[in-house]
Amino acid sequence: MTDAYTRAVNTGLTKTLAKKLGLPRPALLRRYKPGAPLTVGPVLVVSDDASKADADTLARTLLGWDLDVRRDAADDARWGAVVLVLTETARPEDASGAVLAVGPALKRLAPSGRVVTVSRALTPADGPELAAVRSGVDGFLRSVAKELRAGATGNGVVLTDGVGVDHLSVQATLRFFLSAKSAYVDGQMLPVGPADVAGEPDWERPLAGKVAVVTGAARGIGAAIAKTLARDGATVVCVDVPAAGDGLARTANQVRGTALQLDVTAADAGTRIIEHARQRHGRLDIVVHNAGITRDKLLANMDAARWDSVVAVNVASQLRINAQLLEAAERGDVAGLRIVSLASTSGIAGNRGQTNYAFTKAGVVGHTAATGPLLAATGGTANAVAPGFIETDMTKHIPFATRQVARRLSSLLQGGEPVDVAEAIAFLASPAAVGVNGQTLRVCGQNMVGR
Amino acid sequence: MATRSTASAAKTTGTSARTTPSTPDAPALRDAVVVGGNRIPFSRAGKKYADASNQEMFTAALEGLVARFGLQGERLGEVVGGAVLKHSRDFNLIRECVLGSSLSPQTPAYDLQQACATGLEAAIAVSNKIRLGQIESGIAGGTDTVSDAPIAVSEGLRRALLDASHAKTLQQRLKALAKVRPGDLKPLSPATDEPRTGLSMGEHQAITTARWGITREAQDEIALASHKNLAKAWEAGFFDDLVTPFRGLTRDDNLRADTSMEKLAKLKPVFGKHLATADVPAEPTMTAGNSTPLTDGASAVLLASREWAENHDLPVLARFVDAETAAVDFVHGHEGLLMAPVHAVPRLLARNGLTLDDIDLFEIHEAFASTVLTTLAAWEDDEYCRTELGLDGALGKVDRSKVNVNGSSLAAGHPFAATGGRILASAAKLVSQRAAETGKPVRALISVCAAGGLGATAIIESA
Repeated sequence: MTDAYTRAVNTGLTKTLAKKLGLPRPALLRRYKPGAPLTVGPVLVVSDDASKADADTLARTLLGWDLDVRRDAADDARWGAVVLVLTETARPEDASGAVLAVGPALKRLAPSGRVVTVSRALTPADGPELAAVRSGVDGFLRSVAKELRAGATGNGVVLTDGVGVDHLSVQATLRFFLSAKSAYVDGQMLPVGPADVAGEPDWERPLAGKVAVVTGAARGIGAAIAKTLARDGATVVCVDVPAAGDGLARTANQVRGTALQLDVTAADAGTRIIEHARQRHGRLDIVVHNAGITRDKLLANMDAARWDSVVAVNVASQLRINAQLLEAAERGDVAGLRIVSLASTSGIAGNRGQTNYAFTKAGVVGHTAATGPLLAATGGTANAVAPGFIETDMTKHIPFATRQVARRLSSLLQGGEPVDVAEAIAFLASPAAVGVNGQTLRVCGQNMVGR
Repeated sequence: MATRSTASAAKTTGTSARTTPSTPDAPALRDAVVVGGNRIPFSRAGKKYADASNQEMFTAALEGLVARFGLQGERLGEVVGGAVLKHSRDFNLIRECVLGSSLSPQTPAYDLQQACATGLEAAIAVSNKIRLGQIESGIAGGTDTVSDAPIAVSEGLRRALLDASHAKTLQQRLKALAKVRPGDLKPLSPATDEPRTGLSMGEHQAITTARWGITREAQDEIALASHKNLAKAWEAGFFDDLVTPFRGLTRDDNLRADTSMEKLAKLKPVFGKHLATADVPAEPTMTAGNSTPLTDGASAVLLASREWAENHDLPVLARFVDAETAAVDFVHGHEGLLMAPVHAVPRLLARNGLTLDDIDLFEIHEAFASTVLTTLAAWEDDEYCRTELGLDGALGKVDRSKVNVNGSSLAAGHPFAATGGRILASAAKLVSQRAAETGKPVRALISVCAAGGLGATAIIESA
């Protein structure tokens, strides 16, 4: 599904030609395959002096995953990943040594390599110097990500509320960023806090025994989400409007789940989803709000039908279903519920002709932040994923030139695949990610617009 | 495995011949239940499904059912179904559909055909095996396409080709082929005319309609109610878990939600135009509006034992209580071609100790609007019931508000073998819904007439 240009500049004669002409060459991204190594090479762990203890802890975690972990940046290695630990850095001047050690390593970073920073979030109690360094990591990471080439990405784990680097959610987030599952996640800082994690993580089948509901599962990103959750061990209830029932049946049969033809805007949609999951599969653990529509029009030409239908499907339905899910959580019918909603970079950066869409997608970012704490009481989380330009049937219909620009306007110089969005959702839905709550994770290849 | 407890043996009725079995462990009769159904939207011939084959349509119906109930990789007891208009290459049609589906390839299947009663007869066959304990689960259904109907060569050409293939020498072969006459090259389209009378089904029913004095207006009222009721059911989402779209069609395309008595009254009669000169002075009354159109489609119903449904965490909509088929002599006798269900139902009711008053919902297949009306009129007719059905008097009057409450074939269309599955699944959901609303058991009677003077009927009740 890689676009034609990316294919051309990576194969045969056209590859040589593109190199000679100095054309931008989007890389073929390494994507997750069960059984494949976590990283493409050894992992370099560096830190400033103050953060050395945390770096040691993380290095031991990486060793536990059978990775080749090095602490000396001067090693002559083709790096699979560089982990920069700045958790205890107190003053901007103190970051110098560690950061400058990363520099030369980047020259030997393998294709689809990873740079991951681990730092602490700003808190109101931070003094000016601490605030400067903690904030500084953000700008640093986003810039490093833009300097990386050949499918390499840079992302940051941001520790909140005093969580330790040995917390499973911190480890799981680091692992996600190191892995091929985060192929199209780039330039993102993801906050992780303390939360109770039940049991040992199963990295191969993290969702084994879980029951997940995916709305809008008939095709595109929804179908990819259903397949990815099923690959990770979940039983998937595939939901879509009755009119999309044929595609829905196809998805459900592929993932060996069940098809539920249901309009998410129905007043009792949440109740019916809960009933179906519990009666047919015994439980409900994950709900992915993927169903969404676009009805683009400049606001000057917007009519009520376009505005209202987008609001009804993209945000009002999620709120109504979430309210019914929260009630079920309070009753004890569901526990540890994970909600993941689809936002969009349009909702973060804005997009001409999409006032309605952006209104709802930014609304998703907002309600996710508000719903997270409500679910935390019963061991659950609510998070969102904001895709950038993803290659789907929907984006196929964007005019050629606009589509090309949208693709190239990211650090990775290409659009993402539906599976890239699905991997992020599967991560957020996994038990080990419980410390990530109320967040919106962008899956946009570090799109140049927005944050 | 079959239930073999004495408790369930005690449940069997006295009429089932349970004399001392030669095998001591012979399973007792038990319930067969309807779990749910699925069909593709029905489409008027030559439209959306113009190039869809029976195999594609029935496979699609199966796949939707598999998806709805999570049956991927499941080895079912049996899949039974058929098609009325069938290519000779489709000799194992249903088995081929199973192999093309997500069901376990170890699921057996067989084709069955009883004209328009195919779908219901398949359900009878499957439920009987379930009740006997021979299988735990099964799918019954049917499919038909008029758009992709087989076209045969003439009898002369067929004979010549067969002779040529049997010939041993070139000379013999040429001799065989030399018998072909230009007229033999005209292809034969499939005909649904009755082979023994040469009359189409419509012409036959026109005779019955005239005999029972059924008016044009009464027929148009049935047609209107069918469209209105079906449209209402679609709007209410009744079919959300009964239908899966196919080839871009999301609803039955024969449905005319905006039809009216005025519009129906404007249509010209198509059947019975030559009757007026005969001994019956009736005006022709049967139009394209109150007769079913030629339609393409497929349907499938999941049946099971209660234990199987429970073990698979699946719902139970209705119990398949009993069934009765009948046939009438329309060739030499005087009975109407589509009157067999009229004969079957009294026998079915009597065997189960029921009367028409015990039935809450009637699903009478609308081959024509007048089929419903002649059926109801016959049951109300004292003399007819005495002389033709051997009853003491009229079987009874059916409250019209209980008939085809969510529409039937006039609105949905009638892909012959697919109709039984459509009716059974809808009726099962209806009794289940009604029972949940009223808190009382709800019973439905299903009646399907068929070519050849055949008819199949069944009783289901909320489980």
